[in-house]
Amino acid sequence: MRTQERMKLHEYQAKDIFAEAGIPVPESRLAASVDEVMVAVEDIGYPAAIKAQVHVGGRGKAGGIKIATSEEEAREAAEDILGMDLKGYTVEKVLVEAGVDFENELYVGVTMDRGEGEPVAMVSTQGGVNIEEVAEENPDAIAREHIDPAFGLHPYQARKVVYDAGIDRDVANDVASILTTLYDLYEEKDASDIEINPVMITSDGDIVAADAVMNIDDDALFRQPDLAEMEDEAAEDDLERKANDYGFDYVRLSGNVGIIGNGAGLVMTTLDLVDHYGGEPANFLDIGGGAKAERVTNALDMVFSDENVDAVVFNIFGGITRGDEVAKGINEALEAFDEIPKKVVVRLAGTNAEEGMEILNTDLVEVEKTLEDAVQRAVENAQEANQ
Amino acid sequence: MSILVDDDTRVVVQGITGGEGKFHTQQMVEYGTNVVAGTSPGKGGQDVDGIPVYDTVDEAVEEEDADASVVFVPPAFAGDAVFEALDTDLDLVVAITEGIPTQDMAKVNKRLTEVDTRLLGPNCPGIITPDEAKLGILPGNIFESGNVGLVSRSGTLTYQVVSNLTDRGIGQTTAIGIGGDPIIGTSFVDALELFEADEDTDAVVMCGEIGGEDEEQAAHYIAENMDTPVAGFIAGRTAPPGKRMGHAGAIVSGSGTGTAESKISALNDAGVPVGDTPNEVAEHVEDFL
Repeated sequence: MRTQERMKLHEYQAKDIFAEAGIPVPESRLAASVDEVMVAVEDIGYPAAIKAQVHVGGRGKAGGIKIATSEEEAREAAEDILGMDLKGYTVEKVLVEAGVDFENELYVGVTMDRGEGEPVAMVSTQGGVNIEEVAEENPDAIAREHIDPAFGLHPYQARKVVYDAGIDRDVANDVASILTTLYDLYEEKDASDIEINPVMITSDGDIVAADAVMNIDDDALFRQPDLAEMEDEAAEDDLERKANDYGFDYVRLSGNVGIIGNGAGLVMTTLDLVDHYGGEPANFLDIGGGAKAERVTNALDMVFSDENVDAVVFNIFGGITRGDEVAKGINEALEAFDEIPKKVVVRLAGTNAEEGMEILNTDLVEVEKTLEDAVQRAVENAQEANQ
Repeated sequence: MSILVDDDTRVVVQGITGGEGKFHTQQMVEYGTNVVAGTSPGKGGQDVDGIPVYDTVDEAVEEEDADASVVFVPPAFAGDAVFEALDTDLDLVVAITEGIPTQDMAKVNKRLTEVDTRLLGPNCPGIITPDEAKLGILPGNIFESGNVGLVSRSGTLTYQVVSNLTDRGIGQTTAIGIGGDPIIGTSFVDALELFEADEDTDAVVMCGEIGGEDEEQAAHYIAENMDTPVAGFIAGRTAPPGKRMGHAGAIVSGSGTGTAESKISALNDAGVPVGDTPNEVAEHVEDFL
């Protein structure tokens, strides 16, 4: 969901990138059918992990990861996981991976500390579990080291944070080396987060990246064409895919008042006011800055195609966006209908709002002067439509 | 009167020959802003509506004695443009550009600690001192000169709240959009500090939104350091956790801060009334004056 969230890579994609950079990963194959899984386990041997490749956290707990120690178990796991619904996403691919006989599980990761405005490297001996819970309940269990983005992560800093985390000295240097490689990838690939949870330490003292998380900064995709191509949209719902095609910031919600506006802050405020006046928002839709008529038409198309929507409020406060362009778009979108599917309330203010009001076809929409009045009217319209 | 910009401010527009740069330069000039130069690498020697264009910010500053810049450079080159501005002796750089990669901004953020220049934004609507100067894309006609300062993370929300103020006859000293990105140059605290020190600002409005902890820090600053009364607004009370509402800054973390609730209660604890609607914010301000 490029416009709503940081672009996410699948585990298998991130592991390919990690392996290429020299981070040890288990032997694995990608499989999209039970037969392909069976061929893969034949090659890899037992035990093997069968892991759903979908963009959700907590796959293991939700039944998306199974360990097979025999052909029978592998087939059963493949049949269970392929096609299953995992928190709203259908599993279409699994990673079949050699099981690792481990003694310890560690966590290593790099992300942006927005409070400090700098990247931060994190290491913990409490790997293999939900690291957010660890961070909340026992923040001291995670060692942190801030990184000067002009210089990158120095090897001594990587060693320091690994020592601070209390990692055994016989593997500490290897873990530090994984961490510096992770930071280099973070920088080179414009990642927003990059994590291995867990790094497994085997009884022989070898280290292996047993999982891989890599999210990319959407805003940097223009200089990461290879990563942009890896984006997997297959699992999104139709409306969200449509929003993506139109290039809108869009979030589907559970109510029945459709909301269109310009600027995230104002659209959120419109949502809050719908709630304040006793309605329920059906969506967040930001047409962005400087929208032309076509974009406005597309926005109405989006909201009309959501069958949960009973009424629409269109709230524009123009700065860089111009009221006349918005009015033109609203007219064009609505003139295409013999009968307009849901009542639309429009509130236009700011740049060229007066020009907009003059050309807005008020036979097709209701007009309110203030934000509060527009929202109240839309909430009433939704309640009426529902009776 | 104002903070940061007034009718003496001499402005250079970076990216003046681009579509947005050109259009908003006209708007700024119409508003009365003293735009003295523009830059566009490779187009030095040309002019835009009589405003001289230079290849570098350095030349523009030297030749035209500029002391502030406003950046309309596309995101792929905007980080570089801000660095260029920070390498001159400008007092203020206002970055309007949306979509600058976060790691570019982390590097800019680092450089900011090494220079005296103040950065506003990026991804912000700019700054306006009504009837004197505007640097950015704010619609000038909704503002009115007066005694209330305003600082906001969101552009359109700024316009909304300002219009609620102006409708009640409450004018503004200066309104500042600080931008909604995760890494920004000037924070709420920085802006509040300036308003607190400004004799003509009798009350301040602070518009925040979900995500990050800047509002919580601002609340702490207000409680400790401010005599000027502050009224607040927080957008995103109904935002579902974990969803990103447009701004990168709007991710709600699970750690108890960053939510609308946590921000509102921090502000209330600091004696800041928070309006349920933009209109209520204006009512609170009216009570202060």
